[in-house]
Amino acid sequence: MIKTNNLNFNYDNKVFFNFKNINLKNGEDLLIIGNSGIGKTTLLHLLAGLLKTDSGSINIYGQELKNFSNHQLDQFRRENIGIVFQRAHFINSLTVKENLQLAQYIGKKNNNDRIENILKNLNIFDKSDKKTNQLSQGEKQRVSIAMAIVNSPKLILADEPTSSLDDFNCKNVINLLKKQASDYGAQLIVITHDSRLKEHFKKQLKL
Amino acid sequence: MSIKNILSKPLSSFISLALLTLGIGIISLLLQLNSLIKDQMDNNLRGIDMVVGAKGSPLQLILSSVYHVDSPTGNISYKEAEKISNNRMVGSSIKLLYGDNHKGYRIVGTEKKFIDLYKSVFEEGKEWEKPFEVIVGSKVHKNLNIKIGDKLVSSHGLRETGESHEDQSFEVVGLLKPSNSVIDQLIITSPESVWDIHDTHNHNDTNDNFENENKHDHEHEDEHEHEHDEYDDKEITAMLIKFSSPMNIIQFPRQINETTNLQAAVPSYEISRLFKLFGFGIDTISYLAYLIIIVSGFSLFINLFNAMNERKYEMALIRTIGATRFQLSSMIILESLILTLLGFGLGLLFSRFGVMFVSSLMEESINYNLSSIKILSEELWLLVLSVILGVLSSLIPAIQVYKMNISKILADA
Repeated sequence: MIKTNNLNFNYDNKVFFNFKNINLKNGEDLLIIGNSGIGKTTLLHLLAGLLKTDSGSINIYGQELKNFSNHQLDQFRRENIGIVFQRAHFINSLTVKENLQLAQYIGKKNNNDRIENILKNLNIFDKSDKKTNQLSQGEKQRVSIAMAIVNSPKLILADEPTSSLDDFNCKNVINLLKKQASDYGAQLIVITHDSRLKEHFKKQLKL
Repeated sequence: MSIKNILSKPLSSFISLALLTLGIGIISLLLQLNSLIKDQMDNNLRGIDMVVGAKGSPLQLILSSVYHVDSPTGNISYKEAEKISNNRMVGSSIKLLYGDNHKGYRIVGTEKKFIDLYKSVFEEGKEWEKPFEVIVGSKVHKNLNIKIGDKLVSSHGLRETGESHEDQSFEVVGLLKPSNSVIDQLIITSPESVWDIHDTHNHNDTNDNFENENKHDHEHEDEHEHEHDEYDDKEITAMLIKFSSPMNIIQFPRQINETTNLQAAVPSYEISRLFKLFGFGIDTISYLAYLIIIVSGFSLFINLFNAMNERKYEMALIRTIGATRFQLSSMIILESLILTLLGFGLGLLFSRFGVMFVSSLMEESINYNLSSIKILSEELWLLVLSVILGVLSSLIPAIQVYKMNISKILADA
């Protein structure tokens, strides 16, 4: 269960955000839609524990994020959350497989079968020994999905996963995300301004 | 991970590494050479408390008669030397006599005790029994491929180019095992051989050879009874002395210098004076090397700092996966440590090659062998220094990573 209550956040006391409450049961996916500049990414970072709220509460699976220390937030993120970014980031000095192994290492897991399984499922297994900067944009997107789910998170947060894609690839990616989330038993929250995604989610929140 | 990061930036990593290698290498090379030369010098000083020779530079006297690298200061009379060796303060003495060389290797007329002084052991053959029989040091017989029974022609003086004594040759009766001291590069014989060869030389008479041969036999038979009388008019080059008590080192050399026209020099004192002389040069080079190490530290710092800016998205990514700040910072420090330790290792390797190179050079020019190589305690200090350098130069980047605002970096992407 994911619940937020009267979330507020400000940047240097200049930009203030107030977010609508989220109330999501286990197993439900959510699309958060809104125009640029209204703090979508900020909300995602708050949910991921990358930022701390000024006021209000975030309760994810019964844990209150604002009570956590930085170290506990790291641990919480490690155990519960996978993030897919708008633009994929990897460790460029490592191969696809090594990136995933690093993620597992940080998540204190070690399961090469799972890496193989995920890469096959995403249809990029043949790229596993390539450096990430040798990949095409579409392949990078898939690898970043793989990075997000490799440690079996309960919640996948996706930040504008489709905004730079054409209609065909947009559909592909969102289907892939939903399939991966359900295949590996994770909840999915997508944050976007891309209205093409509306048709794919039952539950939506407009900011 | 850290290793892969280093490899992904070969150029900048290489520059810091090269600088560090150079700095560490030079210092370690200096330390090695210093210690090897000192070892070698001490090895050759064993059992010699004082050297007596003709007036002149005391350092020259030591270099010529202990290390066999400089020309002798001149000759002293056998009688006076004998007087000194009979002094109660003298434990034992060995007389040395120079004059000739064989293909650049010095021929030393001396007593049989000389072999024991350097704890030298025969590889083959035996001690000399007659004049013109010689024992050859290990390096000499190895380099010139000399065997028992070979005849060696000597040339006058200490350099190869001297006039040669064609008419008189030495017969090899003994070969020595390596002793890692000066005796390895000497050819030793009885003092009579050297006296006689120069008598022959001076007379330059056709009958001389025959006469001399007879004289040798005679001398040899009566050696013991007539020793003093016979040698009274002879000269020697220097005399190595071991005191009966270490306390004598304070009084006795001064006494000789003041009351006789001989010169007494204490090797340990002269050598430490020599080290002080070229110690200045060594100091200058080591300051330079420390400077290079500091520069390499800066280069390392800039390298890491730039890399960190380029890689901040990667860092942020790693944080979003759940890595702690501490893990990231230690990764940066580890990266720097790997580079500095590699630099340290390469530096030591570099210095070892340097030592080998220098010792091969020295072996050719002054017949010295600096062969044994070991890790010195000073080099452990260098290790500590490079670790400190590694940590220091990565500290600022590491702190910056620690304080990094992931959210902002990701939002800017």
